[in-house]
Amino acid sequence: MRFMVMVRATADSEAGAMPSRELLEEMGRFNEELAQAGVMLAGEGLQPSAKGARVRFSGADRTVIDGPFAETKELIAGFWILQTKSLEECIEWVKRCPNPMPGSSDIEIRQVFEDDDFGDELTPELRAQEARVREQIADR
Amino acid sequence: MSAGARAGGGAELRRTIDAVWRIESPRLIAALTRMTRDVGLAEDLAQDALVAALESWPQSGVPDNPGAWLLATAKHRAIDAFRRGATLEAKTEQIARSLEAELAAGGAAADPTAEAAAAGEAGEDLLGLIFMCCHPVLSIEARVALTLRLLGGLTTDEIARAFLTPRATVQQRIVRAKRTLSAANVPFEIPAGEELAERLPAVLGVIYLVFNEGYAATAGADWTRPELCEEALRLGRMLAELMPREAEAHGLAALMELQGSRLRARRGADGSPILLGDQDRSRWDLLLIGRGLRALDRAEAAAGGALGPYALQAAIAACHARARRVEDTDWERIVALYDALSALTRSPVVELNRAIAVAMAFGPAAGLELVDRLAESRELAGYHLLPSARADLLERLGQREEAYAELTRAAGMTANERERRLLLERAAGLAGGS
Repeated sequence: MRFMVMVRATADSEAGAMPSRELLEEMGRFNEELAQAGVMLAGEGLQPSAKGARVRFSGADRTVIDGPFAETKELIAGFWILQTKSLEECIEWVKRCPNPMPGSSDIEIRQVFEDDDFGDELTPELRAQEARVREQIADR
Repeated sequence: MSAGARAGGGAELRRTIDAVWRIESPRLIAALTRMTRDVGLAEDLAQDALVAALESWPQSGVPDNPGAWLLATAKHRAIDAFRRGATLEAKTEQIARSLEAELAAGGAAADPTAEAAAAGEAGEDLLGLIFMCCHPVLSIEARVALTLRLLGGLTTDEIARAFLTPRATVQQRIVRAKRTLSAANVPFEIPAGEELAERLPAVLGVIYLVFNEGYAATAGADWTRPELCEEALRLGRMLAELMPREAEAHGLAALMELQGSRLRARRGADGSPILLGDQDRSRWDLLLIGRGLRALDRAEAAAGGALGPYALQAAIAACHARARRVEDTDWERIVALYDALSALTRSPVVELNRAIAVAMAFGPAAGLELVDRLAESRELAGYHLLPSARADLLERLGQREEAYAELTRAAGMTANERERRLLLERAAGLAGGS
């Protein structure tokens, strides 16, 4: 099973505060442990939402809204993609993560849909469409 | 505690302990093997610690550092056993003393450098265990069972199910393997220099065998068993991380990532196999392809010059991964890579694949010539993919009757039910056409 493990943003991370050297070292060790166990497929840290944007959809309309965004706690500051045998195994790994923020913080774990989870909903046409999108992503 | 916080019921705690076991047991058993010099004893001690956890964690809760808890508990058990004289040997007394000393030292406050050193030590322990499990004194089956059991944390039942082998057989294999290792006095160490070059292929071979059993099951009703592939991938990634200078460790990881990226495209909705040329490439896993290509880069960088057999196979897999459509495949490069691989391995299976690549690059007649030469040598007698490949080339040359006969022959040679049906369907298609 694959999981996306997301570090929630805080006021500090949104203000662009860089993690301390100590935290960077601890995080480095944790990442190494994940890699050594063969469970980490990907992982990245994200810039504050001030450097991002949103596209809001309303019917046929699209409105671009520049960051930063107000609801700090709903934002994401970084993520991993982990592959484990169960949600419990993923939770156990996340419990070993150093607190990613000074003070209190949340890490959210979400299971990634695998193809089979869609059942008949994903028609050949939809698959082909998804394929085109993936191809364009891969082109970059 | 917030409303959504986990309550931690009995079944849930059991799942948590299973998860902790999966994460911690390889390192735990590895450390205990280093200390006791006996892998059988180490596993028993680790199991005792697990039983202790099952008894005490429901009351006390899961400790903050469950790995350290399990190791400390196992060490205490070891000391108790030695002191009771359960194993009366001079060396065990010594080990008990050093364990006690280590336990006392472990009480000191952990500082970051010590933690980093401990992490490095854990890596070395794991490597020592991998080389022990894949030691040449053991049969291949025993190496596979022991590796999955001790490094994969799989239960005997899981291994038996994965290889469609009776539970008792697997159990016996593991017991005998441990006895063999102990009788042969196999040391707990990471081989170096020439010995490493000699013994690394055995380790890589065990991991790839597990992968292949999942990728193209040799027997049974299912064409693929993805859980086995995932387990092998995990072990391969682990090995590449632990031996970053070994080009072939990266080569194997690259090969499995790239082949694994096609796993979900190789199986139709009804479970039947779909061959490379017919696969819906949009279903290939881009995350794994990216990982495979990066691992191949690392293999090339570590090799410095000529690539080993796994890196070469990975480079071939990369040619397919880079081709968005079948017709984009760089077959001439694939032929060149097969030339290099063939020179290294002298394997008739590689020769057969090379012949297929030649057919794709230079036409079916050129390929058929090579396949016929292989058939004459009789080196691949009984291998169903030889008549199957021959049939393919004959069909492309318009020789449908010969193709039909070859497909029927191939169907009679495979033990995999799904594959047999596919071959018969292809044969029926030839017979049914004009």
